[in-house]
Amino acid sequence: MITTSALTKRFGSVVAIDGVDLEVRDGDRYGLVGPNGSGKTTLVRMLLGLVYATSGKIEVLGRPVPKQVAEVLPDIGALIEGPAAYPYLSGRSNLALFDAAGRGGSRRTRRARVEAALERVGLAGIDRRPVRAYSLGMRQRLGLAAALLRSPRLLILDEPSNGLDPRGIREIRDLLVELNEAGTTVFMSSHLLFEVEALCTRVGVVDQGRLVVQDELAALRAPTGRVVVDTPDAERAAALLDGRVEERTGQRLVVREDDPARLNARLVADGVRVAHVAAEHRSLEQLVLDLTSASSDTAAAP
Amino acid sequence: MIAVELVKLLRRPRVWVAVALLCALPVVVAVFLATTHVPPPPGQGGAFLSAVLRDGSLYPAAAMAMVVPVFLPVAVAVVAGDGIAGEAATGTLRYLLVRPVGRTRLLVAKFVAVTVFVLVAVLSVVATSYLTGIIAFGAEPAAAVGQPGGVTSLSGAPLTPAGLALRLAGAIAYVAVSMLGVAAIALFLSTLTDSALGAALGALAALVTSQILATLDAAATVKPYLPTRYWLAWVDFFRDPVFWRDIERGAGIQAVYVAVLLAAAWANFATRDITS
Repeated sequence: MITTSALTKRFGSVVAIDGVDLEVRDGDRYGLVGPNGSGKTTLVRMLLGLVYATSGKIEVLGRPVPKQVAEVLPDIGALIEGPAAYPYLSGRSNLALFDAAGRGGSRRTRRARVEAALERVGLAGIDRRPVRAYSLGMRQRLGLAAALLRSPRLLILDEPSNGLDPRGIREIRDLLVELNEAGTTVFMSSHLLFEVEALCTRVGVVDQGRLVVQDELAALRAPTGRVVVDTPDAERAAALLDGRVEERTGQRLVVREDDPARLNARLVADGVRVAHVAAEHRSLEQLVLDLTSASSDTAAAP
Repeated sequence: MIAVELVKLLRRPRVWVAVALLCALPVVVAVFLATTHVPPPPGQGGAFLSAVLRDGSLYPAAAMAMVVPVFLPVAVAVVAGDGIAGEAATGTLRYLLVRPVGRTRLLVAKFVAVTVFVLVAVLSVVATSYLTGIIAFGAEPAAAVGQPGGVTSLSGAPLTPAGLALRLAGAIAYVAVSMLGVAAIALFLSTLTDSALGAALGALAALVTSQILATLDAAATVKPYLPTRYWLAWVDFFRDPVFWRDIERGAGIQAVYVAVLLAAAWANFATRDITS
């Protein structure tokens, strides 16, 4: 769906994107994560032909970008660095205008497309108020509706849940999963890691313009070979598992062990009460923190 | 895409405020003239203003003389300067381009929309000032001074109503064409910046420079090529016979400005990174 090779972008002396080899496959729910200023948005803009590469190649839906970007854009829905709309027009008029700017369709199919898109994002009942009066969440939904207008094969979404409340985040996540299961490939960037963990099947981590990791989420979160045990009899458990306990804080023990079930059986057989036992996984958060440098938002003293 | 741009233009409150202000200026002037009956001394004041007191149907010409030097170009610069920069500032530019709307197509649609704005503005001024003139000064009181009915051209020969309408149409078309140079300057600057205000001010700065140079003898060599040089040539439509020389030169200069600046706008916009 999306392939880039050795993609590089310089703005003057600043290297914004540095030799990125991105690979998004058909049917993926791909999450691009990384600190603010790491190049996520520039990368998204390059995929859509808004920003031109200094060197390297981009292929989207099998066509070279930006050369043939006009042929692939009708099949792509995009949300780029937040939604945007004409503030003096209503949400419906905005969608009608954006739809009219693209090719194809009679007046009736165009109207039906607009209504269907509004319905999908939970804005079917919006009135004639201008977008100026919309809340942040409503604008975000409107932006998603604009992305969904043409039933795209590929969604490229920059921070799709920005400005939404918890219920809104959940609704949009469900919507994206539903669309993905119906065949739409989803490529999203986010700095909400729990969001990516809950939604995505594949993850890429960007730092300072480089793609430092790209893999299946399941592989990245593979068990660490340790088991976390929560027990009121921590003392006895520690004595029993002598030598294999790597950390102990209060009732929580971290034990070197591959199989939580075997460990549980062993403890219970010796009369140790176990409140909770589970294999330890590396969290996406820890992974990202390990792989990336400080956010560009900060300005630490040298 | 042109239809989309026209919808955006015509549904925008700001555009109609500008048109209303343009129409209001001649009305204000008419109120003063009609209540005081003090005509500007000959050779001073706006063109046609003395004649208007005798015949209100000439008032559209007087109104154009009022709005063409400053007010209309300011409005055109604001609307055209908003073209690309305004879309960039609201963030809608990136969404239009990924629709997809080709960059060239967007630029052309913007220019067409500005042209429509100029026509709407000039026609509105003409229509409202015609009504204002008839109401404030009445039509054809010239007959009272012993002349046969009808308006007199600037050269003194009488004009038939049909002849006047034709000349007025010519003048409207010429004024619209004169404004396209400003529109092209503002639209070009609009592709350079993400600030609509900056683009509009830049275009106005160019016009002010042009108008100052036009009065400067030391700048005699560049005078014939200044964008504002032949702005007032529309008056020549009201001479008998129509004095075509300046009209033709003015239209030619505007065509060159439009061609060069739109080409520059295209060259810049088509190759630029859209980071707004």
